[in-house]
Amino acid sequence: MAAESPHAPSLATQIGAVGRRSVTRTLRQRSLLIFPMLFPLILFAINGSALTSATRIPGFPPVSYRAFVLAVPFMQGALFIAVTAGVDLARDIQSGFFNRLALTPLRGPALLAGQLGGALVVGCTQSAVYLLVGVASGVGIASGVGGALVLIGLSVLIALGFAGLGALIALRTGSGEAVQAIFPLLFVTLFLSSAFLPRPLIQVTWFRDVATYNPVSYMIEGVRSLVITGWDARALALGFGLALALSVLSLGFASAVVKGRLART
Amino acid sequence: MKRFTYVARGVAWRSIHNTLKSPAILVPSIVFPLFFLAAFAGGLSKISQVPNFNYPPGYTAFQFVFVFLQSAAFGGVFTGFAVARDFDSGFARRLLLSAPRRSGIIAGYACGALMRWCVTGTVVTIAALLAGMHVPANPGELIGMVGLGIMVNLVAALWGCGVAMFLRTEQAGALIQMPVFVIIFLAPIYVPLSLLTGWIHAVASVNPATFVLEAARGLLANSPVHVAFAFALLAGGVVVMGLWARRGLMSAERAG
Amino acid sequence: MQSPNAAQSMFGDRARRVGNLRPVTDNSPAIVVEQLVREFRKGPRAVDGIDLAVSPGEIYGFLGPNGAGKSTTVLMLTTLLPPTSGRATVGGFDIAREGSQVRASIGAALQEAALDAILTGREHLLLQATLQGIPKATRKQRAQELLERVGLTEAADRRVGGYSGGMKRRLDLALALVHSPRILFLDEPTTGLDLQSRTALWSEVARLAHDEGMTVFLTTQYLEEADALADRVGIIDHGKIVAEDTPANLKAEIGSPTVEVLPADLAEGDAVAEALTRFGSPIRGGRGSLTVQLPGGEAQLAELVRMLDQAGLHVASLHLHQPSLDDVFLAKTGRKLEGAAEDSDEAQSVDAPPPGRRSRRGR
Repeated sequence: MAAESPHAPSLATQIGAVGRRSVTRTLRQRSLLIFPMLFPLILFAINGSALTSATRIPGFPPVSYRAFVLAVPFMQGALFIAVTAGVDLARDIQSGFFNRLALTPLRGPALLAGQLGGALVVGCTQSAVYLLVGVASGVGIASGVGGALVLIGLSVLIALGFAGLGALIALRTGSGEAVQAIFPLLFVTLFLSSAFLPRPLIQVTWFRDVATYNPVSYMIEGVRSLVITGWDARALALGFGLALALSVLSLGFASAVVKGRLART
Repeated sequence: MKRFTYVARGVAWRSIHNTLKSPAILVPSIVFPLFFLAAFAGGLSKISQVPNFNYPPGYTAFQFVFVFLQSAAFGGVFTGFAVARDFDSGFARRLLLSAPRRSGIIAGYACGALMRWCVTGTVVTIAALLAGMHVPANPGELIGMVGLGIMVNLVAALWGCGVAMFLRTEQAGALIQMPVFVIIFLAPIYVPLSLLTGWIHAVASVNPATFVLEAARGLLANSPVHVAFAFALLAGGVVVMGLWARRGLMSAERAG
Repeated sequence: MQSPNAAQSMFGDRARRVGNLRPVTDNSPAIVVEQLVREFRKGPRAVDGIDLAVSPGEIYGFLGPNGAGKSTTVLMLTTLLPPTSGRATVGGFDIAREGSQVRASIGAALQEAALDAILTGREHLLLQATLQGIPKATRKQRAQELLERVGLTEAADRRVGGYSGGMKRRLDLALALVHSPRILFLDEPTTGLDLQSRTALWSEVARLAHDEGMTVFLTTQYLEEADALADRVGIIDHGKIVAEDTPANLKAEIGSPTVEVLPADLAEGDAVAEALTRFGSPIRGGRGSLTVQLPGGEAQLAELVRMLDQAGLHVASLHLHQPSLDDVFLAKTGRKLEGAAEDSDEAQSVDAPPPGRRSRRGR
């Protein structure tokens, strides 16, 4: 790409402009906000009660099942964000809006950062809602108020990582259908993790092995540790580390691909 | 009657043809139940060790029955999606114009749903058997369990057709799916009803899906419980949802 | 509303600022294209060695059927697609090496009116103004001015999803004008519009060129659009320019007009045909009409009428047809413009790369 115009707006202005659009879009499409927020809460309500018996399995942590499973909605919410962010981006490519942006001095990273702004707003909002619902249903946050803030930070980082993944697929394929098609795959990674039982209590060997190698297990365990354990440095390091790695990788690749997408001479 | 059969056969053929020709429709309807079977029977099997969990055929069989019936219900739901899609594309209106007996359209869609579930149900059963599922049931009981699945499929398909015909847009998908999803998941899916506590026990105790699920699990375990009641419930469901679908069709006819 | 020049100096013309790197004189061509080629994978050449030059302030109509190579040319000239070979400058800047300067000089409304249905018209303009580097203090004013210019003031704060096709096209045009470009690319701007919307857009484009001196490169598949708007027309088919001149010259090149005669009494058809042979060989048309070319031009029409009158032959109707660009297209390609896309093997497939992928082969 040729050097940008010396009079192009600053990177911050570009991110701000694209981000404002992204947030406006998200807030105006309430169904995109409500359904992904509601669905994990319904599953939380059902599973939190239906699997209460699991707490009687020898070796299960001495907490309510609801407290144990509260980490799952954060993860499910992040998966929904991945799809929403990706589909939004793919729609811009399909509609030609991307070409319109390509004719301005907009830089690729600014486009990506701005586009994911909406995803972050949703991520923050839904994390706060999940936390409030959890507390209202009687779940105590073992790490206290500070831990609750860290929990929101971690869940937003996870959401950012998955949103980057959604954006990467959108940029690679330029197809909303392709982005939606990955959702079942992401959903599978959630179920094949320690989402519903601690890893040592998973009886079937292949399932336990998959859950052990599945990074989603550690992201969930990071969030969970703040709810049921307190400050668990190892769980947090793994949770933050993997979420950060996912974010860096997905956004790094997406940045490289967006340059090609915004390819101008 | 002849015209009714022609219409039903034509619509059912198209439904099956579209499913078999479109991997985007066929694959998820097979893969998802398999995945649920793996996730629940594999990941949660330790739950069978909690005190008072008593299901002699084992946790794989316990979860197989749920996934079997769930796939039947979602087979019907997917048919609702297909009807909604047909309205969005304009095909359904052409169907309404050309079909000499329009009630045959509903019957056709329902037949299509059933045939599609036959594929899914068979695949899920084979997977469960390969996973080592123990089946103490006699042939009569197995037929009874399959009969329950067929009726669940029919009730869900009629519900889906009704909603799709009332709303006539693909946006109806969430509305078709959500109630079915909630009713199914408010049944005792992970543990027997006796092990549920609190509000979920209260809800599951009056949830019709609980009786159907327990009847099917009883049949598979060779110790039938309230089978007649489950069939009666489903027969009632077929009648009510049949009327619902009929009204949906009338609404679509009025809309033109 | 401010004068265009005042608007330019007030809002700052990014093109001119960037242009400071290499000032462009007003006399040099706005667009120069030399042997431009674009190939796509598994396809023939979408653009096959075209040459053209567009003067400042000129409206250049690029006419051709679907799949002829119009949109691919526009994508290359707007720097969105690298050429396989050849060279072009836009606003004095090389499209391959000085992309950002080219983009600063141009505005473009591409084939799909790529708008965000969720945003309002005003929000679109503000976003575009921000990304084009217009100072914050003047963005709102610039947006309002453009909304007024394209007649969207009342709809400005409504979501674009509820706009008609014509309104979307007008907003698209306003967006292309946000940074006061010197050169405007319009890719089939009126496709799918009703007559009223089409006419309104034509008059705005004509005003931009004639009142503001903007250079307009317009692709179209409508003969009447090229005829009504363009100072010069380039006819493209199968990626090659087959004719280029003013519409009047192109039509004159084809030759004389034709006259279509419908006898009042169809039984007199043979007698009328016999009488018309004096001008040439009449061609029988539908419903008994006869068409003949007037080699001496329209001046011979009076002579033809007198002759029929003297022969005692009555006519029900008589139509004079001036040569059209369709006749020019027919003469140059052997096909009618309407339906040419169907005849074209590569129709659609080569005109523009699919939105999902942009081929980079042959850079």
